[in-house]
Amino acid sequence: MNNHEGEAGSSVGKMSGKSRNIFSRFKGPAFYKADNRVIHPFNVIVQKEISDQVRSWRFIILVVIISLTCLGSMYTALANIKSAIKPNDPEGTFLFLKIFTVSDGIMPSFVVFIGFLGPLLGISLGFDTINSEQNERTLSRILSQPIHRDYLLNAKFVAALTVISVMFFALGLLVIGFGLITVGIPPTPDEFLRIIFFIIISIVYVAFWLNLSIFFSVIFRQPATSALSGIAIWLFFSVFYSMIVDLIMKGMVPQGLATENQIINFEMLRLNLLKLSPSELFSDATTTLLMPGVRSLGPLSMIQIIGTIPGPLPFGQSLLLVWPQITGLIAGTIICFILSYIFFMRKEIRSR
Amino acid sequence: MGENIIELVNLTKKYGDFTAVDALNLSVKKGEVFGLLGPNGAGKSTTILMLLGLTEPTSGSVRVCDINPVTNPIEVKKRVGYLPEDVGFYYQMTGWENLMFTARLNSLTGSESAARVDSLLERVGLQDARNKKTGQYSRGMLQRLGLAEVLIKNPEVIILDEPTLGIDPTGVVELLQLIVRLSKEGEITVLFSSHHLHQVQEVCDRVGIFVGGKLIAEGNLQELSQKLFTGSPFVIEAGVLFDNINYDNKSPEEWLFEILKKIDGIIAVKPCSNGFNIECLRDATTEIARAIVESGAGLNYLNKKEYGLDEIYYRYFEGGKNHE
Repeated sequence: MNNHEGEAGSSVGKMSGKSRNIFSRFKGPAFYKADNRVIHPFNVIVQKEISDQVRSWRFIILVVIISLTCLGSMYTALANIKSAIKPNDPEGTFLFLKIFTVSDGIMPSFVVFIGFLGPLLGISLGFDTINSEQNERTLSRILSQPIHRDYLLNAKFVAALTVISVMFFALGLLVIGFGLITVGIPPTPDEFLRIIFFIIISIVYVAFWLNLSIFFSVIFRQPATSALSGIAIWLFFSVFYSMIVDLIMKGMVPQGLATENQIINFEMLRLNLLKLSPSELFSDATTTLLMPGVRSLGPLSMIQIIGTIPGPLPFGQSLLLVWPQITGLIAGTIICFILSYIFFMRKEIRSR
Repeated sequence: MGENIIELVNLTKKYGDFTAVDALNLSVKKGEVFGLLGPNGAGKSTTILMLLGLTEPTSGSVRVCDINPVTNPIEVKKRVGYLPEDVGFYYQMTGWENLMFTARLNSLTGSESAARVDSLLERVGLQDARNKKTGQYSRGMLQRLGLAEVLIKNPEVIILDEPTLGIDPTGVVELLQLIVRLSKEGEITVLFSSHHLHQVQEVCDRVGIFVGGKLIAEGNLQELSQKLFTGSPFVIEAGVLFDNINYDNKSPEEWLFEILKKIDGIIAVKPCSNGFNIECLRDATTEIARAIVESGAGLNYLNKKEYGLDEIYYRYFEGGKNHE
């Protein structure tokens, strides 16, 4: 025990007792501590993975990129917030949410940035989950310890998800804090709830890409291949998918004398096709949550519109509106996880 | 002693059409050092994976410490330490941190882990490198760290898959001595796979020879040579001088066979690099010596041949090829 204390303190050097205690907290995961606790093996792996992620260069780079874009978009939002509020705007009372959605047309808004960079974050945290263990020949060594095989996969997923969640909550709350200082108007409870749910949906969205890249890391031996596959799918959905849907739908445009029903069906089909893309689901869900004026995500007939007074939806109704999108995102995440789970459990564990 | 700690019955593993392990029967006693010997791809590693429950057998049964690793792998993994072939560690962590991680995976408390890790690092001679990242370790150091890691859980059985691969000769000797010392001190059963004959010969109490997924022979060295050389269990090497000898148009070995065939149990005489190999059913050294001297030829030397694993090995691989 004494040996270990000396070991832990050695690189800290000659610090005073107090600051040494503070620093020793950052010396590594809790399982290095020579205490009398037994930590569940699952938590041991989670602790190790979190510590690995947080100390890795890739994570530091990602944090820098995301913080910079976050700062940039916040700056433009705060500079343009005055012109964004128009008289008679139903969302006028939701000034605080504007920080997340307003842009000057050059710099995208915070929401768009998260939608764009979130997948990159998920893919880069997961693409070498399993294959790196195999390439470093640690996989068979770890799996010959008395743990269940799925602990490794689950713990790695939990660790990455924890890192993402902490990061997004920190970012979101920081934006709120900055907004509070510059705008000077505190967010209403309704706004606060919307922002929290926006953060949660962002986490689920990133978790989807994380699971997808974990899946690739199980089936591809080379980390580069698995990273590229993840990026390819991300590019496909964010760039090409809507183009392909447009192309298909062009051939099916109803002719001039089409009935109202036909037009509605056509429009619904187009929207449903678009909804197969996770990035579409994410942007639908977040814009609805952050813009309370959005009343429907599909086409509305004249009968439905006549007589409505433009006004914001209450939070519960907005959430209800995007419930299918949220369910879809969670389902996609679970499907990817199950796939990687099945493939991992059937994988032949060889030392090379 | 005497109790079987590893018991394999009719164990078979197929990958599609390829049979990696074919109806294997094997038992290893407690406290024994058992060597699995065979060429690459003979099914040694697959057998080891099945022992640990990392791969499911196609048919047959495995019992390790009286537990079935297929249905209860955790209990087996608590008792069995496994050092994989070409072991790797997390390069960004130090040796101490890597071992600490393993100790905590084995549900030890923090202070127990630290104490055990420290004593094991000292035992394998890595105490000076404990705070070095394992990315900077040499091959031999990694292998020793692997051995320390295997011992963290106080195993009843340790399984070492090609532990000496890629280590320099002095390192190999050190490692082997370490393994023997550990098994004797702690009454640990050791299963040790290798394709290096001499290392197996040096360390193991018993040896099993693996070819093409089959265990061709098992036993200690004596038993093995008896089993493998059933046709001619004794070979005596003779150096003979043929000065002033009339061959009668025969080759030297035919001439020698003529002389020796009166002796009971002589099977054949074959030329070898230094002289002749005389194959016989019993130890007939004295009669052979007398017969050669009486015939008028000069006898340089007679040497009773002991079979080393080299001979056993080559004999077997030749045999294996002939069967195909």
